[in-house]
Amino acid sequence: MNNMKDITILSGKGGTGKTSITAALASVIENTVFVDADVDAADLHIIFQPENKETHVFDGAWVASIDTDLCTNCGLCREHCKFDAINFKTGGGLEIDSFACEGCRLCERVCPVGAISSERSTNNFWYVSDTRFGPLVHAKMGPGEENSGKLVTQIRKSAKEIAKAKNADYILNDGPPGIGCAAIASITGADAVILITEPSKSGFHDVVRLVELVQSFKIPMYALINKFDINLDICNQMESFFASQDIKLMGKLPFSEDVVHSMVAKKTILEYNKESEIGIILSELWKEVASSEQKIEQ
Amino acid sequence: MAFKIAIASGKGGTGKTTFAVNLFSSINENWTRKVQLVDCDVEEPNDLLFFRNVSVTSEKASVQVIPEIDTSKCTFCKKCEEYCEFNAIVMMPTMQYATVNKDLCHSCGACFVACQFDAIHETTNAIGTITDYNIGNDRSLMEGNLRVGSPLQTMLIKDVKRNLVVENDVLIYDAPPGTSCPVVETISDADFVILVTEPTPFGVYDLKLTVDLLREVDKPFGVFVNKAGLGDSEVYEYLKAEGIQLLGEIPFSKEYASLYAKGKIVSCVPLQFAKEYRKVVAYLQKLNE
Ligand code: SF4
Ligand code: SF4
Ligand code: SF4
Ligand code: SF4
Repeated sequence: MNNMKDITILSGKGGTGKTSITAALASVIENTVFVDADVDAADLHIIFQPENKETHVFDGAWVASIDTDLCTNCGLCREHCKFDAINFKTGGGLEIDSFACEGCRLCERVCPVGAISSERSTNNFWYVSDTRFGPLVHAKMGPGEENSGKLVTQIRKSAKEIAKAKNADYILNDGPPGIGCAAIASITGADAVILITEPSKSGFHDVVRLVELVQSFKIPMYALINKFDINLDICNQMESFFASQDIKLMGKLPFSEDVVHSMVAKKTILEYNKESEIGIILSELWKEVASSEQKIEQ
Repeated sequence: MAFKIAIASGKGGTGKTTFAVNLFSSINENWTRKVQLVDCDVEEPNDLLFFRNVSVTSEKASVQVIPEIDTSKCTFCKKCEEYCEFNAIVMMPTMQYATVNKDLCHSCGACFVACQFDAIHETTNAIGTITDYNIGNDRSLMEGNLRVGSPLQTMLIKDVKRNLVVENDVLIYDAPPGTSCPVVETISDADFVILVTEPTPFGVYDLKLTVDLLREVDKPFGVFVNKAGLGDSEVYEYLKAEGIQLLGEIPFSKEYASLYAKGKIVSCVPLQFAKEYRKVVAYLQKLNE
């Protein structure tokens, strides 16, 4: 039986270099299916330059609308909507603000004349693509959409199928920021989480919240401190924090402009500069994560 | 009515918080003392970390109304379950078991309407806290802090705004990153939106998504470029081609990154940066006239 590992990279705070590091890992690891689970601000494709193979529409949340020919303006729907999404129009009659509508469909159920109907938003897409590193499953959310958690679940499911069919060793998920539904969806069922953080007050604050979240899922965590040299004091505090939580610190990366230069060149850090210190550290790191994950298996 | 400015960024880590906090200070010094900072990035509220001598003025729990099923009255007709679009009601009639999954409930009220047997009652569930901080010199920061695991970001943001009762001239909303529903909620009543970006391919790509959103909801906005000089010039070409106002920019500096790391971005703003913020403040003042 294949012991494929599903690993999610999270950062809590944005801007810690999570996507650049995920991309750099792509240069190091083999036989992997990649997932850009940061569906709200998916950036991995900028470096991966995917060749699109499949495009799917993701059924988003329900959005209600009123058929003004049937509506008698009784106002019952407006009274029931808990999200203040139904309002009187300036010229008379009622309308539904599609951004405010949460898709609960209560208005549809209470309307005495059946003037309201709901449709699923079709403004979200997900893709399966080929890249120079292997398959990439990614998505694009329409502006103002919700349900990013469900979209993440969908693309991870698809990645799992592809990984099984290909007998892949790893699935690597570039996770979303935050601690909300999307983050939860990106770690549910994962075998390990790699936390990428930076030693700033806010970075520390966020990673503590993130650790709390991941611990509730009982998934093993590894940590990586990026730009460790921007603040050695906080870096030390972070190291003790990780130790106190039994989180293995995989390493520390120095601040490097290679990260940005490689991004501008649309390359991974290693493709941009083979000798980059960051690349070398990451290759070592990956070997360690891979071997400890295999040990857990045995 | 207060003039409301929302600070957003398609991507995290562009310096949105730094910008919001510094803009707040600059408005306080150069425009009006009646300015309030509102941290709407409820999943990861960070604005507070950049102030010294903070104390809590008031704190309250933000709660959602959720149903509670009285199994002694429930006939297990399952109508509430059918009405719930969020799969929050779990029912096993054979076991006489019915419960509500708090973390899935969106408080839409549909199940209350569904039940004809008076078996559903209201109860509450905490989704987070709303705290008003005194951040020194009579300045105030209102912060929403989402309970880890709650999906109700948007609801909490609404509640934070409902708690803004003090009369102010200017409100600054620090929005969550991205372009999803909670961002729309944050900017919904803003008079002007400032998008903070960085001149990298990731920054520009995410900026475009946010611009699409702002155009769709028809909000006036301008762009502030952070870490200028770090990446390439694509962002400037894009702004020019689209006729988008560049409000100001701050060059990338490793020293500044390390001030940020220490939380000292307000007390040690380099003169050149302070000027850029003042420029933005002057622009906003004009808009408000
Ligand atoms: S579906 Fe729900 S949220 Fe949307 S308008 Fe109707 S009652 Fe309001
Ligand atoms: S309940 Fe139906 S008829 Fe009444 S105002 Fe709403 S849409 Fe119109
Ligand atoms: S209030 Fe709405 S979301 Fe919550 S349980 Fe009832 S029907 Fe479901
Ligand atoms: S609608 Fe009322 S009676 Fe029917 S299953 Fe739900 S709680 Fe029970």
